[in-house]
Amino acid sequence: MSDNDSSVLKNIEAIPGSSKPDPILKVDNVVRSFGGLRAVDIDHLEVQRGIITAFIGPNGAGKTTLFNLLTGFDRPDSGKWTFHQLANAKSWTTDLSGLRPHQIAHKGMVRTFQLTKSLAKMTVLDNMLLGAAEQKGEFLRYALIPSRWKPQEKEILINAESLLEKFNLSHMRDEYAATLSGGQRKLLEMARALMSQPKLILLDEPMAGVNPVLVESLLAHIENLRDEGVSVLFIEHDMDAIMGISDWIVVLAEGRIIAEGTPSEVSKNPAVIDAYLGSSIAEELKDV
Amino acid sequence: MIMNILAGVDIGDLLGLALRASIGVQAATFALAAVGLNLHYGYTGLLNFGVVAFMAAGAYGMAIFFTQGWLGGSLLLAIAAGLVFAIAIALSIGLPSLRLRADYLAITTIAIAEVLRISFRSQRLLDLTGGPFGLPSIEDRNAEVSFSEIVTIDWNPISDGSYGFWRLKFDEQTLWVMILGWSLVLLATLLIWGLMRSPWGRVIKAIREDEDAARALGKNVFSYKLQSLIIGGMIVALAGITRSMNTGFVETQQFKPQTTFFIWTVLILGGAASVWGPVVGAVTFWFIIVFVEELLRQMVESGWIPSVILESNDVASVRMIMMGIMLAVLMIWRPQGLVGKKEEAQIDVR
Repeated sequence: MSDNDSSVLKNIEAIPGSSKPDPILKVDNVVRSFGGLRAVDIDHLEVQRGIITAFIGPNGAGKTTLFNLLTGFDRPDSGKWTFHQLANAKSWTTDLSGLRPHQIAHKGMVRTFQLTKSLAKMTVLDNMLLGAAEQKGEFLRYALIPSRWKPQEKEILINAESLLEKFNLSHMRDEYAATLSGGQRKLLEMARALMSQPKLILLDEPMAGVNPVLVESLLAHIENLRDEGVSVLFIEHDMDAIMGISDWIVVLAEGRIIAEGTPSEVSKNPAVIDAYLGSSIAEELKDV
Repeated sequence: MIMNILAGVDIGDLLGLALRASIGVQAATFALAAVGLNLHYGYTGLLNFGVVAFMAAGAYGMAIFFTQGWLGGSLLLAIAAGLVFAIAIALSIGLPSLRLRADYLAITTIAIAEVLRISFRSQRLLDLTGGPFGLPSIEDRNAEVSFSEIVTIDWNPISDGSYGFWRLKFDEQTLWVMILGWSLVLLATLLIWGLMRSPWGRVIKAIREDEDAARALGKNVFSYKLQSLIIGGMIVALAGITRSMNTGFVETQQFKPQTTFFIWTVLILGGAASVWGPVVGAVTFWFIIVFVEELLRQMVESGWIPSVILESNDVASVRMIMMGIMLAVLMIWRPQGLVGKKEEAQIDVR
């Protein structure tokens, strides 16, 4: 992260729901209950553009549920969230609440899943090509006229190959995705999500089940993403990873945001230590 | 002992009949229906257990519009009406159930197929569908000829005579319907091949693998599933239409649920999610069915199988048992079907 960015973060108040100078995502009063349980209850949340934001919290804190709500895979009881985009010196706001998952992906907010969803009986390359957005050949009316989609397909292919190269998957290009290891599938899923050139990528436990060597390279990929201008929002349990690469951390417990701040601020926050009390993560937090 | 068995069996007759069936119109219609089902199940992962609903929609749609003379007696327009009816069925199945989990579609399709068949049989629709008597097409109101006569005589460019060799001799009418049927199979197969190599086909396969992954990547899964249901449904409807062209009439007995499972057998036998699987499956299916039936019949008639065990009336049902056993064996030794991709079948499906 550049010094400029870190100074931006220094001016942000480390309190739940604090406002950010340049938010890409704003969440207001989002509530989701399962029976009597309020799984998610967010009064206000802003996600800063161009940085890596981490969601942490004990099991059952509502992190994944919040992800599902934000990406349209689940519907909240109430609430609203908006996407703020900047391009060519213009800025505009899109209301994402109530949109379906594919519509939200179209707006530039793409997610990955905690349990990897690699498309097993498709090749690694086909997995990648699928990720690209706005493909002409995906319309039925053009599908049978290759001349209409072949040129675009070539561009997509170049993009896919360079991403595969970056993610060290080039050698698996023509293999079925089912033959990949768990860690490689995580890489593939992330690379595939990047094919659509998202503005904000939501990664649900990208490091879970990945061996330590691969974790290093995954972390490097996530940092690269930020440096290329993609905003990253991720859920993770691996405290070393979170403290190492997050620029900003949002702590959830029992569906609510209990703390926000830079890694050093959060690790000293008594509410956070409280929430984690008794768990090994609390011990890890003290060491940071 | 083998000589003993063969003593009462005319091998030439046996092979001749089996081969005739495997390239006949029945095989072509089964192949066509299986091509449609292949798009539904093999590529999109839609569990359509109402294949016969689409066949009935096509056949009855065509027959009703033709016999009522609603479209000026034009058979081509009546065929188009049959296809439109199939689209309507696809929408009525798909709109409510495609947003739900896969099993709901399976239930809905079975139900629709039976609802359709029983409705067509009902006395209330006697004027339209002929109720339990069906539409023998010649007794229509305005037209002087039946739809099958238009196809086999008016449209037939082949001059009278017998064509072929050995036991594979066909008259000009049968030959013409065979050519029509297999041409449709070829066209439908090429259509599926073309679609599946396009980015559209890539999305379809992704939906089969994991709907949520496709959604997360911005694909409108519901719309793609509906498109698949409609296109596949129209191909199946064409199979129903072709079959009625051949039989010359339409009646509800032709659209019993077992037909659905024959088409499934054909698809699994040939290999789901392979371009030529449905065709190979249909040809093999009819060859085996007729071969086994004839073999048993001849063995019963020659007294080699005593009538205590089997009478010639039972042969038709025993061939189905044999078919079932063969399918089970195939699933164990060759789960990908005859021409499916082995590597794909070996991938454990969750």
